Amino acid sequence: MFDNFISNKDSWLSQKGPESEIVFSSRIRLARNIADIPFPSRANPGQREKVFKAMQEVYPHIKRFKNSFFVNMGELTDLDSQFLLERHLISQEHLTKQSGRGIIVSPDEEISIMINEEDHLRMQAIASGFDLKKCWEVLDNIDNDISRKMSFSFSPDIGYLTACPTNVGTALRASCMLHLPALILTKRINKILELLARISFTTRGLFGEGTQALGDFFQISNQVSLGLSEEELIDNLISVVNQVKSHELDSRNTLVKKYKTNLEDNVWRALGILRNARLINSKEAFSHLSILSLGLDLGIIKEIDLSKGKAGQKLIRNLFIMIQPAHLQKIEGRVLREKERDNIRAAILRESLGG
Amino acid sequence: MLCDICHKNIATVHLTEIVNSKIAETHICQVCAQAKAGQIAQQPNVSDFLSGLLSANIAKKEEQSLKCPACGFNYSDFKKKGRLGCGRCYSAFKRQLLPLLKKIHGTIRHTGKVPLDAVGSSVQEVKLKDFEKQLQRAVELEEYEDAARIRDEIKKFQGGHK
Repeated sequence: MFDNFISNKDSWLSQKGPESEIVFSSRIRLARNIADIPFPSRANPGQREKVFKAMQEVYPHIKRFKNSFFVNMGELTDLDSQFLLERHLISQEHLTKQSGRGIIVSPDEEISIMINEEDHLRMQAIASGFDLKKCWEVLDNIDNDISRKMSFSFSPDIGYLTACPTNVGTALRASCMLHLPALILTKRINKILELLARISFTTRGLFGEGTQALGDFFQISNQVSLGLSEEELIDNLISVVNQVKSHELDSRNTLVKKYKTNLEDNVWRALGILRNARLINSKEAFSHLSILSLGLDLGIIKEIDLSKGKAGQKLIRNLFIMIQPAHLQKIEGRVLREKERDNIRAAILRESLGG
Repeated sequence: MLCDICHKNIATVHLTEIVNSKIAETHICQVCAQAKAGQIAQQPNVSDFLSGLLSANIAKKEEQSLKCPACGFNYSDFKKKGRLGCGRCYSAFKRQLLPLLKKIHGTIRHTGKVPLDAVGSSVQEVKLKDFEKQLQRAVELEEYEDAARIRDEIKKFQGGHK
């Protein structure tokens, strides 16, 4: 299963969206519950099954879901599920086994719907680069299409009703994945995170809730979901992300002006390790790829033809995804032990980066 | 005679208090007397105090037995898990949840998107439809007290929107 995902040319992962130098990707998710059925954690298996079946019937009628991938999570191996997590198509929570859980993924992987996660439906639209408006446009339509077929749990006073009161109202979470290596190198990141928390924005690591900031990636999202319209929530996030972006750019300038030699040393060493290592775990690889990516952004590394040339930055983006454990195992087509993975990861990196 | 409290001013107020079944005499000045009077006024009246305790107890007890009529989810479980059982839990635990929502979001009024099946009808109509649904469910579950309360709310609501 999913073999075509890896070579998927239509995937948002292989697109280069607007302003993608710092903003790696943009994402919007909406939570929806079907009226008169208890939320998944309270529902009995029969009720969860009902939700699953309802979506199974509805999705073929939605244009964007033509030729989509629809599956019951129960039918997937752990490796398959992990693979979907690494591609940001499902959440950590969706990995835990519970009956009635499902996933729908559009062919371009831009839209996906988790069935019976914390809410009956968790739909997301994801785009490469800084493009929240596009995500909302897509998702708003999908939401309308589905609501023509089923009635959602809604209160005129407090909006869409969700299992957790923190999501009530618009039930919308908009987020951007930002690559902030210079803010980390200049140690300004903590100040920024503090400020964000103070104005009610959440920062998380690469894989959402409770995860570590791998590869200098931070996910920034709105915390409040009630009292503002969807457009207002999105506009607010856009201005916050712009602020953080300009701080990262500032820090990059500082690095270039004041610590040029150190920075160059860091970048070239990162490339050296990636081109020569024989065993490398994902954490180490992520951190070197992050610095390499910074080096490309700043033009420190120009002359190397990263693999097939031109698309240096795009290649690195792709590597961030491909060197993850489940992806390696999918590429190899078998289950790999940790050491084997570290070995194959190193080989892929050497080959891709001209080692 | 100097004031027993500040030992500075002349004592003009002479208090006789019974403390631990012994008579205690205090001689204090005007300034200290006013401060002490303030302290006395701040001491809670015993009956107020008790009734305060009682209502707090009732509220807690009420919370403990609070249950959603639609899905049977207990409010106490919500306090443990932070997740609700179904959409109707929001109205069943309204009194407890609204202050919480206000704390989380800073407001309790949705101004965003409305589902298509609610579009076209006014907010009042949607609300009325919601009330009717609640009423129907209460009757189905033979929760007649709830049904009566909802009926009253509908009357009040219609009265306010004529």
